[in-house]
Amino acid sequence: MSVTPPVDVRAAASGPIATLQDVSKRFGKRTALERFSLQLRGGEVTALLGPNGAGKTTAVRLLLGLLAPDGGRVQVLGRDPRGSSARTAIGAMLQVARAPDMLTVREHIELFRSYYPRPLGTAEILHRTGLLSIEHQRFGTLSGGQKQRLLFALAICGDPPLVCLDEPTVGLDIQARRQVWEHIRALAATGKAVLLTTHYLEEADALAQRIALIEHGRLTRLGTPAEIKRAVGARRIRCRTRVPEAVLRGLPSVTALERHGEHAVIFAHDPPAVLRQILALDATLGDLEVGAASLEDAFLTLIHAD
Amino acid sequence: MNEAAVPFAPRVPAAPRLRPVLMEIGYEFIRLARTRAYSFSVIGFPLMFYLLFGTGQRHGPIAQYLIASYSCLALGSACLFGIGLGISLERAQGWLELKWASPMPPLAYLLAKMLSSAAFALIVMAALIWLGITVGGVTVSLGQAARLALIVLLGSIPFTALGLLIGLLMPPSAGPGLINLIYLPVSFASGFFMPLRMLPHWVQALAPALPTYHLAQLALAVFGFAPRAGAPLHWLVLGGFSVLMFGAAWITFARRELRAP
Repeated sequence: MSVTPPVDVRAAASGPIATLQDVSKRFGKRTALERFSLQLRGGEVTALLGPNGAGKTTAVRLLLGLLAPDGGRVQVLGRDPRGSSARTAIGAMLQVARAPDMLTVREHIELFRSYYPRPLGTAEILHRTGLLSIEHQRFGTLSGGQKQRLLFALAICGDPPLVCLDEPTVGLDIQARRQVWEHIRALAATGKAVLLTTHYLEEADALAQRIALIEHGRLTRLGTPAEIKRAVGARRIRCRTRVPEAVLRGLPSVTALERHGEHAVIFAHDPPAVLRQILALDATLGDLEVGAASLEDAFLTLIHAD
Repeated sequence: MNEAAVPFAPRVPAAPRLRPVLMEIGYEFIRLARTRAYSFSVIGFPLMFYLLFGTGQRHGPIAQYLIASYSCLALGSACLFGIGLGISLERAQGWLELKWASPMPPLAYLLAKMLSSAAFALIVMAALIWLGITVGGVTVSLGQAARLALIVLLGSIPFTALGLLIGLLMPPSAGPGLINLIYLPVSFASGFFMPLRMLPHWVQALAPALPTYHLAQLALAVFGFAPRAGAPLHWLVLGGFSVLMFGAAWITFARRELRAP
C-alpha cells in the first residue's frame, strides 16, 4: 500500500490552495500569459473572465500541470502540479466533446474514483450531482445537461481541494445551467477552491466571490463582482445627445463611454451631476434611461478601454 | 502553525497503486467489448476467414498455418483499431487531456490499451484453435497453444507502440479507412493470408521490413512453418521496433505542448 500524505483542507483554506506567481507562457512567438499572478483560496469561487485567446485556458492548463510555465511559478498546495502527488489535489472539468460512449455513468465515476487516494463514496457523488436515477445509463445516451453533470462528478469525485471548471455550462439550457450552478455553490461551501472560466458574465456574477479579468495574457483587474462594476461606474446612463464624445468623457464621475450612432452609453458614479451638465449643453437630449451597470457592461467597457 | 504553508506531509515516494491499473484495464476491455464495430471486426473477420479458407481441406497444413497467422492478424487489427483509432478519437474529443489532467497513472492507460488488445487477440486465438480442432481436423498441443499465446501477448508490445504513435499523429477523420488501406496489404505481404513463397518475389523481398512479418514468423514457427532458429532475430527486430515507436510517440507527445491550445 502506498502512504499518501494527508491533505488538510482546513489548514489549506487559511492560505491559498493554488498560486500562479508571475507566470509567463509563450507558444512560439505568441505570448499567452505575461507575468500573470493569481491566488485561489478555499471556500471561494474565482471566475476567470476574458475574451477568446486572452489566456484563460492557458492559465487553467498550467494549474492542471498540463503545461510548464516559461517563467514564474505554479503551485498547488505548495507543489508543482506536474508531479503526480499534486494531481490528487486537483479535479478538473474541461471542455470535452465526448467521453467514451460505452461506459455507464457509474462506471465512469468508479474509474475516476480509483485514481484518487481518498475519493468520495460513489453513492454520495451520484446523489450530490443528481445522477442517481441514471447511474446505469451509458454516456452515449445522456442529454447535454446530464453529460455536463457527469463531467462535473468526475471533477469532484476525488474530493480534491482545488477544482478547475473550464466553461462548465457551455451549451446548456437555462434550467440545466442553474442546476450546475447549485452544484458549484455547494462545492465552494464545502471549503474547496474553485476556478471557473466562463463566457457567461451572468454566471460569474452569480457564482464568483472574485473575478479576475484577463486580457492579452495579463491580469487587468481583480475584485469582487461589485468592485468590478464599481470600477466602471455604478450607474449606466443611455441617452440621445449631440454632445461630442470628448466632452462627455470629461464630465465629472464619468468612467467610461460608448457611442452608438446618435446614442451614448455613459458609465458614471454620479448620474445627476452628469445629466445636469449634458442638459446645460444640449437641450435636445432624449431617450433617457438610467440603470445599474451590469457585469456585462463592466466587462465590455473594461475590455474595450484601450 | 506551519501547516498552512505545508498542507502536505513531507513527500513520500509514491508507490505504484494497483487498483487504478486494474480498473483501467477492466473498463477498457468492457468498453471495447461493447463497441460492436470493434469486437465484431476484430473477432469476427479472422474467424470468418478461417471458416472460409482454413477448413476447406480437412487435416491440411493450411488449417494449422492459419491458426497462427490469423492470431497475428487479430492482434494487429486489435492494436490498430483499438489503440490507434481509439487514442486518435479520445485525443480529438478532449478526453485524453482530461485523463492526463487527472491523477491517472499514465502507465495504467497504456497497459489497459495493450492488455485489452492482447485479450481480444487471445480470444481469437482460442476460438481459432477450437475451430481448428473441431472443424479443421488439426491437432494443437497444449504446449503449442501456450507458446502461441505467449507470442501474441509479447507481440502486443510493439503493436501497442505503433498504435500509440498512430493515435497521436492520425486525425480521427482519417479513421478506419486509412488503417485498412495500409493494414490489408501489409497483412498479405507478411504472410497472414498465405505462405510468403506463394507471393511475388518482390513482396518476399519486402516482407522482412515489416514488423508484422517478424511476428508471423515467430507464430508460424510454433507449428513448424518457419525455422525456429530465426526467433532471436525476430524478437530483436520487434524489440527495436518497439523502442523506435515508443520513442517517436514520446517525442510527438512532448512536442504537442509547444503548440497553442
